[in-house]
Amino acid sequence: MMSPENDQEVRRARATETTEGRMFTVTGGDWDDMVSELSSSVGDNAGRDTGGSDDFSDERIIINMGPQHPSTHGVLRLILELEGETVTQARSVIGYLHTGIEKNCEYRTWTQGVTFVTRADYLSPAFNEAAYCLAVEKLLGIEVPPRAEVIRVLLMELTRISSHLVAIATGGMELGALTGMTAGFREREEALHLMEFLTGLRMNMAFIRPGGVAQDMPEGTQQRVQEFIDVMDKRLPEYDKLLTGQPIWKARMQGVGVLPLEGCLQLGITGPVLRSAGYAWDLRKTMPYSGYETYDFEVPTATEADCYARFVLRVAEMHESLKIMRQANARLSEPGPVMVQDKKIAWPAQLALGADGMGNSLEHIRKIMGQSMEALIHHFKLVTEGFHVPAGQAYMAIENPRGELGCHVVSDGGTRPWRVHLRDPGFVNLQAMPALSEGGMIADVVAAVASLDPVMGGVDR
Amino acid sequence: MSQDKQSEPGGATSVDSPASIVTGTTDDAAHQGGGLAVPGSAPELATGVERSGMFGIHGTGDTSGYGGLHRAPYVPQPADRPYGGYFDEVVDALLQAMSERGIPATAIEQITVAVGELTVYLQRDHLQALFWAVRDDPGLRFETLSSLSGVDYGEQVPRRLHVVYEMLSMTYRRRMRLEVSVDVADPYVPSAVPVYPTADWHEREAYDMFGIVFAGHPALTRILMPDDWDGHPQRKDYPLGGIAVEYKGAEIPPPDQRRVYS
Repeated sequence: MMSPENDQEVRRARATETTEGRMFTVTGGDWDDMVSELSSSVGDNAGRDTGGSDDFSDERIIINMGPQHPSTHGVLRLILELEGETVTQARSVIGYLHTGIEKNCEYRTWTQGVTFVTRADYLSPAFNEAAYCLAVEKLLGIEVPPRAEVIRVLLMELTRISSHLVAIATGGMELGALTGMTAGFREREEALHLMEFLTGLRMNMAFIRPGGVAQDMPEGTQQRVQEFIDVMDKRLPEYDKLLTGQPIWKARMQGVGVLPLEGCLQLGITGPVLRSAGYAWDLRKTMPYSGYETYDFEVPTATEADCYARFVLRVAEMHESLKIMRQANARLSEPGPVMVQDKKIAWPAQLALGADGMGNSLEHIRKIMGQSMEALIHHFKLVTEGFHVPAGQAYMAIENPRGELGCHVVSDGGTRPWRVHLRDPGFVNLQAMPALSEGGMIADVVAAVASLDPVMGGVDR
Repeated sequence: MSQDKQSEPGGATSVDSPASIVTGTTDDAAHQGGGLAVPGSAPELATGVERSGMFGIHGTGDTSGYGGLHRAPYVPQPADRPYGGYFDEVVDALLQAMSERGIPATAIEQITVAVGELTVYLQRDHLQALFWAVRDDPGLRFETLSSLSGVDYGEQVPRRLHVVYEMLSMTYRRRMRLEVSVDVADPYVPSAVPVYPTADWHEREAYDMFGIVFAGHPALTRILMPDDWDGHPQRKDYPLGGIAVEYKGAEIPPPDQRRVYS
């Protein structure tokens, strides 16, 4: 039907007749060139009553963007109806990264559930763990030791910084600000190095456990955290120099993707998107948990409700997170337990570094194998069968980098969750994509989606 | 595995009945709860399955001596006044808003307060009117539907499918849980989308995963699973794995039927 190899130049746009109608395949280039190429390619189809090749250039077309499109922030598929370059309707299709985390949790013990939920929103693993553990602890009716709370706060704020850095980095890349990306990932690497030092893993740490945290912070923690804060204090202002005042950056983001407050509340939007509309709703302040009420920090807000305001807020929030980290770091001087004292819940995790990596300490193994049969049984039962959680249900919401991360857990009194549901803010916020994009240009869709910062692992779970 | 049911009648003697799951007091408690609970509705709200034995082994396989243990299904307990905290205020405002809007008080099946959370079990009939009341009443002002999710309480449980609404009032900084239960054979629940547009995707997910049909939803289609998927994966009678998956013409066998190289 069409044979680009016969042409002098290889066409970037082609038309095919399918049973569903005429379908075009476009591989980039200028819009006007594309339209003229398509016109000529339709003209090639001699004898077809396509009704003249000129009148379709202003025809409405439906474009499928993704799920493998680099500008869609992961495997998100956008279906856009265009008139020229204006988006008249936009719909998103999700589910490409559905991994059945919630169902899988029902087949493992309560402690093992942490390993699953941490993989949901993979840019903010500490928050998934914390929301899940706080909900389980609510059902258990236990309170974790103060030091465990401090460690949790430290890890969560570190994760918030690394997550916001990715939001800015990938958002910058999608808008063509490639230096923003390299800078963002450079700083994120610092955050992940620190995370690895603190917990042993860069991401998906499963470090926060029901009852506390897996183990105490390693030696030299306070110094390493301070070094990280010093580095970030120096480098965060570079984002202002690089992006905040930059004319192209502002032109691409200001007045784009506007969602006013009433729209946010209707659509259940939380996080930086809600705060960019002027509402200082941050669960760390409004419904505190894990001792956030004892930290001194601000909740930055803006009133422009556009993509640029959300970017500025994310940078400001990183500064606030550093402030919280500095306070948490000071509190680490006070020693104490990091797990509840109830041996029916606390995992026997007397961990030590051996020749083959991290494992239970030789001392502990010697005791349970050689001296105490009961300790061995207890260890075995707790690890394989797990602990019982009283029947009932609980919902716990925390402020994750994207908004309210809720965890609804249901127990039937057994050692496995009956149901675990994650209310991921990415899932809810992504519903605002049509409201942000319709009526704008197609290039602004990319900016709007980037400002929502959905993480598909959390959206699809 | 030989299923010797000899120990079953012995299991019914209820060797162990913790105080927390005594079911005899539900009716008394219901009357103290302001007469809100519909008499006899409590057993229907059972949200657990009966269990006997300690390790799920019956007959001669169980040498532990724990085969006689019996645990009755869990039933959420109706709460007594005062509920504590802001819960009394919320329930009073809810009852008043309901009477103002002509919603019968029987729309509330039960009120439960557990782990510091207020749960209001509702009948589905007046659900949408209730949503409008909960959102717009000046004493309630639950502007946001934080989360909506389904729960399947298992095959033996009557009205096993529950829809859980986590309401958030930003004005008063309060939370409340609404819960509706339906049967698998009649899985219809009025949609919350006209009141809370954010419920759109939540309801699609609950439909996808549990087969709960939200009447009045603008486009109730699958959201996470492929459009032509059979069954609702998060129901309790749906297996974890074991589903043959077709991918580009090739039939991928379920995990237990694949080759093993060990």
